[in-house]
Amino acid sequence: MIPAPANIEELAEIIRSSEKVLAVGARTKPALSTTDSSVQLVSTRNLTGIVEYDPAEFTFTAKAGTPLREIVRILEERGQYLPFDPPLVESGATIGGTVAAGLSGPGRFRYGGIRDFILAVEFLDGNGGRFRGGAKVVKNAAGFDLPKFFTGSCGRVGVLTEVTFKVFPRPPATRSFRIPCATPAEAVELIATVARSRREFDAIDYQSESGEVFSRMRGPADALDALAADLRHEFPRAESIGDAIWDDITELRFATGSEWLEKRPLTLGTMAGFVGECARAEIKCHVSGGGSFVWMHGGNLTHARHPLTSGTGCIIRNCARQPTTAYSGSVFDSRLRDAFDPARRFRGV
Amino acid sequence: MQRGMSIERFESIFSPERLLISPAHLSAYESDALTAFHSRPAAVVVPESADEVIATVRLCNELRLPFVARGSGTSLSGGSLPIAGGIVIALNRLNRILRLDPTDRIAVVEPGVVNTQVTVAAQPFGLHYAPDPSSQTICTIGGNVAFNSGGAHCLKYGMTSNHVLGLKAVLASGEVVEFGGESRESVGPDLTGLFVGSEGLFGVALEITLQLLPRAETFHTVLAGYRTLEEAGNAVSAVVASGLLPGAIEIMDALAIQAAEAAVHAGYPKGCEAVLIVELEGPREKVAAERIELDALLATSGAVEIRVAADSAERMKIWKGRKSAFSAVGRLSPDFIVQDGVVPRRRLGEALRRIGEMSRESGIRVANVFHAGDGNLPPLILYDGREAGALERAETLAGRILKMCVEMGGSLTGEHGIGVEKRDYMPEMFSAVELDLMKRIRSAFDPLGIANPGKMFPCADAPALSQHGLHPLEKAGLISRE
Ligand SMILES: Cc1cc2nc3c(=O)[nH]c(=O)nc-3n(C[C@H](O)[C@H](O)[C@H](O)COP(=O)(O)OP(=O)(O)OC[C@H]3O[C@@H](n4cnc5c(N)ncnc54)[C@H](O)[C@@H]3O)c2cc1C
Repeated sequence: MIPAPANIEELAEIIRSSEKVLAVGARTKPALSTTDSSVQLVSTRNLTGIVEYDPAEFTFTAKAGTPLREIVRILEERGQYLPFDPPLVESGATIGGTVAAGLSGPGRFRYGGIRDFILAVEFLDGNGGRFRGGAKVVKNAAGFDLPKFFTGSCGRVGVLTEVTFKVFPRPPATRSFRIPCATPAEAVELIATVARSRREFDAIDYQSESGEVFSRMRGPADALDALAADLRHEFPRAESIGDAIWDDITELRFATGSEWLEKRPLTLGTMAGFVGECARAEIKCHVSGGGSFVWMHGGNLTHARHPLTSGTGCIIRNCARQPTTAYSGSVFDSRLRDAFDPARRFRGV
Repeated sequence: MQRGMSIERFESIFSPERLLISPAHLSAYESDALTAFHSRPAAVVVPESADEVIATVRLCNELRLPFVARGSGTSLSGGSLPIAGGIVIALNRLNRILRLDPTDRIAVVEPGVVNTQVTVAAQPFGLHYAPDPSSQTICTIGGNVAFNSGGAHCLKYGMTSNHVLGLKAVLASGEVVEFGGESRESVGPDLTGLFVGSEGLFGVALEITLQLLPRAETFHTVLAGYRTLEEAGNAVSAVVASGLLPGAIEIMDALAIQAAEAAVHAGYPKGCEAVLIVELEGPREKVAAERIELDALLATSGAVEIRVAADSAERMKIWKGRKSAFSAVGRLSPDFIVQDGVVPRRRLGEALRRIGEMSRESGIRVANVFHAGDGNLPPLILYDGREAGALERAETLAGRILKMCVEMGGSLTGEHGIGVEKRDYMPEMFSAVELDLMKRIRSAFDPLGIANPGKMFPCADAPALSQHGLHPLEKAGLISRE
């Protein structure tokens, strides 16, 4: 049983009394919390609830263990949303775990990813001390940007206890499209063209297996219908589809049944080559965020002696390989740990 | 070690014309746009390559000599103020756009590239660089990165940090690091995000990868005049509640309107206490649909007069008045202090009322021109430095306004940074342990504390403060501020 403290004091106590410690949320990304038995896991699942939410402010603050599902629902009631489409909402992911994993969905294309919407954090350091970083307003330049630093930190520098986000008004309507492409290179060209066009798509994804580009526009319904007609004029093969596809993508259902699932940063310029390389290794790719990242799944890179294994990714399913960064184990990392975690209870960057 | 001796060591890196040590040369670098402070460095070095910057920082590290990176010196908070006896690393010659990739919509630039140059280079591809500080025709990307600078479009598009994908830097320790990369996504703690906004306390950014966005196809710019500031504030609330997401929402008060009128004849409605500017942007079909909603909403907001920009010339005129307001107000008074605290948007009305009260109580004029969409108020506190005690009274008022912002749940600064100017107010916003953690983080990047010391954190030895006023370039009419 993983202890799940009911308040911050208990959480701090667990940190202080453990030699090695790692916080977990709902464990929807199990690889990120698979460790050896020397590491004490501690769950944030009892630290839940929206602490502050004023729709007029375009911000909310929630405890780290709050399920995304609850946040999404409450925002929706007030006509607002998190534009970057946080993944695994229905699967039960928590907001804290999503920040720590640094994950965004297709919607990151238009206004940026989770790092661009986080405004403030509260966290416990390696001594169980409580700190805040950032400010609960949509604009702030005071002090170091700790909210961004914690994004993607995978629980290695501290335990998030509370997060504040910027939100946007939810556009009234959505239109989705499917455009088939014969090759990855053709998909790259299409994405590049569409991404720069006047139409302001808010998501552009690509599925390597089927060779389909999926895109989405949001705004007033009449305007979208006019824009859709214009799109079909330029790309006669563009076909209107239902919006449910985006739920499938944010829940990562394309990888259902795949034992291994890994996110990698990507660029459009390298996409075609990367997807081709993956195809040869029987790895499937779902490219998201207009080509800015890829979900790799299907094959099992962790056992393959393959050049792709040298890249830096964030594996969320299958525990064999923990994400590393260029600085893992460096002198610089060691100095950062001196700042956040002198007792070395966390893993470090 | 003798100071003279240590400066000689820089001769191995720089030829004499790029190693400035004569008082005549140094005096040009003594201040930034917070002209109240000045301080003389031992030398100014003018590198022409990243390698020269790296060699400089490594030598400073070896000699334990403090240094300050400097872009165009337009910092409003004393960020680029030299350290007495230290080195100024002037980066203006590192001004190459190294790569612009229209497919990935990114630009890789050197730190001395001027903000608008990025957009100029991106324009042929239908792209632009979104952060647009009013000083954009002169300030550098390196300075923008250090201060996480903003502009008029922050609510919708964020600040500088939201557009920096990666950077290469030499840390004060002499290590050369690369954070992030060319992708919009990354893995691991966001060190790029931590570096942006670090006010030059970590090291020197050498290469910066920026994201570019497609330019909006059309704009719908509306200017509405109100009898009271409160009505203008209510109109903002109505816009926000409507579900529209304008690219910009700005308010100017009576003093600012009057000044802007005198300066550029923007043709703002007469007799109004407040002017509101709202701008929608996007594809023509979307803007056409949204403007119906916006126009209807403003029509019932109690505005005395509403003007819609019919073409891009009229739009530019509206913005010209807005962008010049700041320096125009500055001309109403021999001296002024500019601040940029932030309050939660719902408390804007209350904040303005309290600033008005404080202004009346202290007999000091305050003009307000602000980013209403994001609660960022840059009040201008006007005073005459020749009057005995005027500066101190203005400073006291400025301090009260800053404290009010923090008390209301806001921030000391939305975009100008802490620098020297606001460092003593940091304890209002952060606890002693939080400040201590920030100092420890700083040590991870700069173990010796030689990168821009004396900034951001409360500190005993303050440089002499004499007067505030327009930046020399503003006086020359070359730039204006918000
Ligand atoms: C008229 C006017 C209008 C303004 N309007 C705005 C506005 O609308 N929004 C806004 O946000 N700001 C505004 N500013 C403030 C200022 O322009 C910004 O802070 C700008 O980013 C500073 O750029 P700079 O090149 O002048 O930097 P400098 O003033 O030279 O330096 C600023 C800081 O950056 C550090 N630095 C510079 N280069 C590097 C580097 N390569 N690596 C690490 N650190 C570095 C310096 O050490 C210093 O701490 C305005 C200023 C003026 C004078």
